[in-house]
Amino acid sequence: MGEFDFTVWQPSLPFIRDGLLFTLRLTLVAMSGGIVIGTLLALARLSPVAPLSRIAGAYVDLMRSVPLVLVILWFFLVIPFISGAPVGAETSAIITFTAFEAAFYCEIMRSGIQSVPRGQVDAARALGLGQAQTMIHVILPQAVRNMLPVLLTQTIVLFQDTSLVYAIGAKDMLKAADIVGKNYNRPVEMIVLSALIYFVICFSLSLAVKQLQKTVAIIR
Amino acid sequence: MNYHWNWGIFLEQVKGGDETYLDWLLTGLGWTLAVSLTAWVIALTLGICIGALRSMPSRLPVMLGNAWVELFRNIPLLVQMFLWFFVMPEFLPRDWSLWVKQDMPAKEFLTAALCLGLFTSARVAEQVRAGVGSLPRGQRDAALALGLTLPQTYRHVILPQALRIVIPPLTSEFMNVFKNSSVAFAIGVLELTFQARQMQEDSEQGIETFLAVTLLYFICAFAANRGMVLIEARTRVPGLIARTG
Repeated sequence: MGEFDFTVWQPSLPFIRDGLLFTLRLTLVAMSGGIVIGTLLALARLSPVAPLSRIAGAYVDLMRSVPLVLVILWFFLVIPFISGAPVGAETSAIITFTAFEAAFYCEIMRSGIQSVPRGQVDAARALGLGQAQTMIHVILPQAVRNMLPVLLTQTIVLFQDTSLVYAIGAKDMLKAADIVGKNYNRPVEMIVLSALIYFVICFSLSLAVKQLQKTVAIIR
Repeated sequence: MNYHWNWGIFLEQVKGGDETYLDWLLTGLGWTLAVSLTAWVIALTLGICIGALRSMPSRLPVMLGNAWVELFRNIPLLVQMFLWFFVMPEFLPRDWSLWVKQDMPAKEFLTAALCLGLFTSARVAEQVRAGVGSLPRGQRDAALALGLTLPQTYRHVILPQALRIVIPPLTSEFMNVFKNSSVAFAIGVLELTFQARQMQEDSEQGIETFLAVTLLYFICAFAANRGMVLIEARTRVPGLIARTG
């Protein structure tokens, strides 16, 4: 057994907190941006306009078949060419995760939209609602409700995946733990601490999602 | 900003070496395949056992199986890699710990394969449990009524059917293994992503590099998909399970 010194956790807390704040910000921005863009992508994929649905489909398939680490590296390389100026690792991470997660939220929203019974659309149309109104007031609310547990589970996955910004050196919680571990020469203790924090957050969230699953299910 | 394309870069020699960049990428592909396939074998073996445990009628095996799945699903893969690579040796007896740190051959590869295998086993277990759950209750009851023991029931009746049912979700897990193997770069496995980063820094031709590597990952995922579809077709029981996709 090696010798551990867990007292390093005490002075590390402010750094861990700052890192965790970035991790949470990245998760929340990517989640909200991803759900909005993902829903638009899902509408595009389901639209009768063939080129639109094909482009959205290609984007989703592309994102889903490339490793996330590679996508992070891709965006970090390409964003400066598009924006004309170098961007920080943190900004790059936020753009990357929003774009990447949109593809995954798109698939969830698509199956959510498809899970709404056909009769709902017919009834809404018969009541005189327009196509957009039907979508906004009838289909999407039910789709989101049906898919809420899956959307949240995906967000837990997203929260864990943000640790991969390690590849471009953005200062998230894991990076903060890494830096403190190096400064105090206690890398092992800091890895254990970050694993514990991730586990506690993800496990409690997943329990909450299970609970939610029982309460929001639409009774038919 | 202007970008200077240079597609010939792959055949150029790396700085300070007599290999070409193409050699780097092919080495990377080799390690990616090695890590992924080893991990997949571990994941399937353990995942099937744990998935079966979680569908047992008694409470203890179910709880053990659930604990396994929750443990591996709620810690990021990258952190798990660090745990196995940096933390685990500290918990071994002194002699073992020294051996692991200093003498263990192919340490990075073995750690990455084990870590990815265990991580994926939790996901396979989840699919297998769902597969077992989707079988009609009568199958288990009939087998037990015929006098088969519980292990025999699993071995001859439940698993052969459940595993066929879960081949499609396992196909996407298999493709995920190749994608997830990219995380192994962080502990120094010389796989594709590691080589891509190295080549990007060395050659400064990032776009060509990443395009090539993306293509290689595509090929891996596609081959994995075709392989599983082939297995699905070969193992299908005629007339029992409808062909899907």
